[in-house]
Amino acid sequence: MTFSRSEMMIVAAARELRGQRVCFVGVGLPNIAVNLAKLTVAPDLELVYEAGVFGARPARLPLSIGDPTIVTGATAVTSMFELFGFYLQGGLIDVGFLGAAQIDRFGNLNSTVIGEYATPKTRLPGSGGACEIAINARQVFVIMRQSKRSFVERIDFRTSPGNLGGKDGARVRREQGWLGTGPSVVVTDLGVYNFDEDGEMRLDSLHPGATIEAVRDAMAWQPKVSPTLTETAPPSDDELRLVRESLDPEGIYTK
Amino acid sequence: MHDAIAALVRDGDTVAIEGFTHLICFSAGHEIIRQGRRDLTLARLTPDLIYDQMIGAGVARKLVFSWMGNPGVGSLHAIRRVCEGDAPTLELEEYSHFGMVARYTAGAMNLPFFPIRSYFETDLPRANPLIRTIASPYGDGEVYAVPPLKPDVTIVHAQRADANGNTQVWGLLGCQKEAAFAADRVIVVVEELVSEDVIRADPNRTIIPGLIVDAVVVEPFGAHPSYAQGHYDRDNRFYLEWEAISREPATLDAWLDEWVHGVPDRAAYLEKLGAERRAALRPSASAPSGSVDYGEYR
Repeated sequence: MTFSRSEMMIVAAARELRGQRVCFVGVGLPNIAVNLAKLTVAPDLELVYEAGVFGARPARLPLSIGDPTIVTGATAVTSMFELFGFYLQGGLIDVGFLGAAQIDRFGNLNSTVIGEYATPKTRLPGSGGACEIAINARQVFVIMRQSKRSFVERIDFRTSPGNLGGKDGARVRREQGWLGTGPSVVVTDLGVYNFDEDGEMRLDSLHPGATIEAVRDAMAWQPKVSPTLTETAPPSDDELRLVRESLDPEGIYTK
Repeated sequence: MHDAIAALVRDGDTVAIEGFTHLICFSAGHEIIRQGRRDLTLARLTPDLIYDQMIGAGVARKLVFSWMGNPGVGSLHAIRRVCEGDAPTLELEEYSHFGMVARYTAGAMNLPFFPIRSYFETDLPRANPLIRTIASPYGDGEVYAVPPLKPDVTIVHAQRADANGNTQVWGLLGCQKEAAFAADRVIVVVEELVSEDVIRADPNRTIIPGLIVDAVVVEPFGAHPSYAQGHYDRDNRFYLEWEAISREPATLDAWLDEWVHGVPDRAAYLEKLGAERRAALRPSASAPSGSVDYGEYR
């Protein structure tokens, strides 16, 4: 079957969840990717929603992170105080899924403003739970479409810390007692990046049809490229069928 | 609703209409607009469409929040119009979700601050100087502190309460309990008024005791276009339509004229919405909880 770049991105993100146990789900693309993972590579995955749900079993793709379908049939519904305090800050979340308007090479994220904070060119939604997920989830997966506007040299506002200035990231996290080790993978519509020992994004896999040139044209810095760069396996018929028929039948996120 | 808002919400108040996606009391927000309140400080984790409508209608001078967007859809354009560009007119006080929940918790517990492990190495403390570090008195590092948030009025929508205001909620609980205990005055708006026996038969489900409630308003569908678990679903069509409505001041004003100023109360709003639209929002099937046996002990 042929597939769109968005479908490839969602499928690649879902596959990264293989072997993971407890995942904090974000709205939009992460929502589809995590629900796909639960149906494919990670059937035991516990879906956690910041609205206060642990062990969700949504019967339809949630329209928002507070959809009633994440409640009915869930293992537990808690107050947000318990969800953020006991589950997230208490260290029970293995993977937090984040997106943002801007990312830098060290995986620091901006979802607050474009421009100056006090007089912004564009006011974005803000942190929500993102800053505490970035600090307290054991690791963070990022899913975002690539462009020169979003993959930038300097983010305008640091909403969610990644590997900070690079090499110092791990040390600062340890010294300040954070539970999270930071971003471990970034999945885009062009490829999959992991982080090297300097805390910098490194292209490890190119999606079918994508080229190094296309990747370079869609980011503001020259990316490191793995010496063992591979090609992402295309979505299987099963994966595509689940995305199209069960998860996003109206094609809101996958067109 | 008219009487509760008239008696309990005053110009200049800090008002929290809480409810995370679920149980957002639009009917109270609309009544506040109709009564022309001014200079309010509006607090909510997610301003959602309700505060976009209220700020678009000019009731507020300040917004305290953690995530401003149209959940699952896009932007809140009325709010963005007054906080973007060279001369923003809406004052913002911004936290993260856990920061806001912790603020209500500190307010409810009569604490001077609440410590949390958020904000490290972010620009948020620079954007909001009320977010500060504090050293552990036990010598094991620094955490961040947020100040208590004590609304003058908290408004909570719920599935049911008795006439004394003992209030039960199921589904997403958000931080309504914390916001209510933190507030000076509390208005509870319910889908259904029940007898005290119904409340006492399931005391674990009570999140707010009548002790702290100043007014109970019975207003079915008062949370539309948000939802009430077990009663009606989110009217997602409206959330999608809001994107175009709020994008221009003229279309926003026309909408407010038609759906807020143009109707005297919630009953008229619901009639205008139509029985068919409401029926389409009912759950596709019933999913009752299993019951538990509390036992009798004499």
